[in-house]
Amino acid sequence: MSYIQAVQVGKDFGDGDAKVTAVRNIDLCIEQGSFISIMGESGSGKSTLLAMLGGLLSPSRGQIIIEGIDLYSLSRTKLADFRREFMGFIFQSFQLVPYLSVLENVQLPLAVTHHTEETQKELALSALDKVGLKEKAHRLPNQISGGEQERVAIARAVVNEPPILFADEPTGNLDSRNSSEVMKLLTKLNSEGQTIVMVTHSRKNAEYGQRIIEVADGRLADPPAIRAAC
Amino acid sequence: MKLRTIAINNLRRRKAKVFFLIAGLMIGVSAVVALMTTTRILAEDIAHKMDEFGANIIITPKSEGLSLTYGGLSLGGFSFDVREIHQEELAKIKTIENAANIRIVSPKVFGVFESASQKVLAVGVDFNSELALKKWWKIEGKAPETDSQILLGHDVAAKLGLSNDSEIEIKGRLFKVSGILDTTGSQDDSLVFMKLPLAQELFGKEGQVGMVEIAALCKNCPISELVSQLTKALPTAKVTAVQQVVEGRMDTLHNFQNFSLGVSGLILLVGGMVVFVTMMSSVNERTREIGIFSAIGFRSSHIMKIILLEALVVSLCAGVLGYLTGIGVTWGLLSFLSEHRPHMTLDPYVAIGSVVLAIFLGLVASFQPARAAAAMDPNEALRTL
Repeated sequence: MSYIQAVQVGKDFGDGDAKVTAVRNIDLCIEQGSFISIMGESGSGKSTLLAMLGGLLSPSRGQIIIEGIDLYSLSRTKLADFRREFMGFIFQSFQLVPYLSVLENVQLPLAVTHHTEETQKELALSALDKVGLKEKAHRLPNQISGGEQERVAIARAVVNEPPILFADEPTGNLDSRNSSEVMKLLTKLNSEGQTIVMVTHSRKNAEYGQRIIEVADGRLADPPAIRAAC
Repeated sequence: MKLRTIAINNLRRRKAKVFFLIAGLMIGVSAVVALMTTTRILAEDIAHKMDEFGANIIITPKSEGLSLTYGGLSLGGFSFDVREIHQEELAKIKTIENAANIRIVSPKVFGVFESASQKVLAVGVDFNSELALKKWWKIEGKAPETDSQILLGHDVAAKLGLSNDSEIEIKGRLFKVSGILDTTGSQDDSLVFMKLPLAQELFGKEGQVGMVEIAALCKNCPISELVSQLTKALPTAKVTAVQQVVEGRMDTLHNFQNFSLGVSGLILLVGGMVVFVTMMSSVNERTREIGIFSAIGFRSSHIMKIILLEALVVSLCAGVLGYLTGIGVTWGLLSFLSEHRPHMTLDPYVAIGSVVLAIFLGLVASFQPARAAAAMDPNEALRTL
């Protein structure tokens, strides 16, 4: 069985005449330690698919199975625990908490774990060290550049060493130099064993992944090939 | 990092909102503290005054009276069938059900004598009880200790031209002035005071009393009940409560107290609504943040805890500031409501109560916003992201 599996997953928004189908019955398998790029135009349904894979958005039909666990059969609390333990998220516009320092932002996922404050700080500083921002630990998010904010978001996503990293357009707000740095960072994390699922509309960035899955109009571009990979 | 770090940092960032929240709750709490403390202090002041006021029950002989009017003109009146009070009957006062409330019993007998061609009213009293009853008396000299000594009211001393150690003849007996009262502004200024048995003998009223003044402990005392019990114990006497006026004032105060409670409740309700609306809007503004918390694995309970922790800190500050402001307002209010500023005592229960009240109100008003935040679907937050 694959590490991450989507079985006939679909998502509709709205009801009746206003119903819009964002994702149409997708089958998808992702192996542990792989780096998958999901590509598609705006409105193709790639971000919706990522949100469903990440346990953030329940599908209208189908199942998401990770490590043999049907994600949406879990209670709200268990699903939150699962996300904390197994997943890290990198969002397009960084999504740092503005009133917390860089260090505190990275510490956030650890705030609800059993770690002592001392250990939390050590882990957060080590994560910041990985992204080269240890010396800016006590600054506020608005006191660092966009590229640095994205690196802080990556540090926050990996601080509790989750096996899977979901990234939604991680370079969407960055210039080419910063984009390249972020992509190199993700490749490095993948080479250390992290499973990465990244959504992007950039072919160049998608090519950092070992496999590119194209989505258009809520469907996979080449379903038989994808299904064969399961 | 703990959840409290998030809560406190958020409060630090939203200073204007926090100020508004604290002010909303603080006004409510300070209004309650001010109204409750003011009414309590005024009630205590009145009770204290009543205790110092002296007699609050007067027993006089029962009589029938007629007032005469003719053609619309008042021709005065006269009393008839006056029944005397015998001194031995007074022992019955101590046998009534609420005898414990009776503090002082001061019997008196009156008589008129003539001196220097002037009619003077003398009163026989038991000096121990009379002095205990009339704490405001200031005597120049001392109270009579022997049968040959008398105490003069300020006006009568001036009228008769007497001073301390002067001598005066009353009904053929010579008396020495042992003391003169400072002006009291009451009928006491025109009286000559002597020992009760001596006055009874002098005026031929052995074993009789003309009036009894009683001081009963007034704070929460059942004054009408006391009157009824005394009337039953002394059927030949007329028992009158002079406290009725004061009771009226107490009634007004009770009404004010009830009104205060109503107003306080209303103000607290408004304060609670302010907290509710502000917290709700704060939660709506923070959808993005709550979405991040949810995405990175915060449980609903963790999110609720953050919101309620913020409410707790705000309410605690509002409670403390509300109490202090309320005490300040009370201080100012008392100057307006009372001619003299009553002694202000601080009740620790009000201090604790106001903080507990603020926290309770803050948490109750924030509970729904906290639940709304906790119930927020990451999907909703995702749309905001």
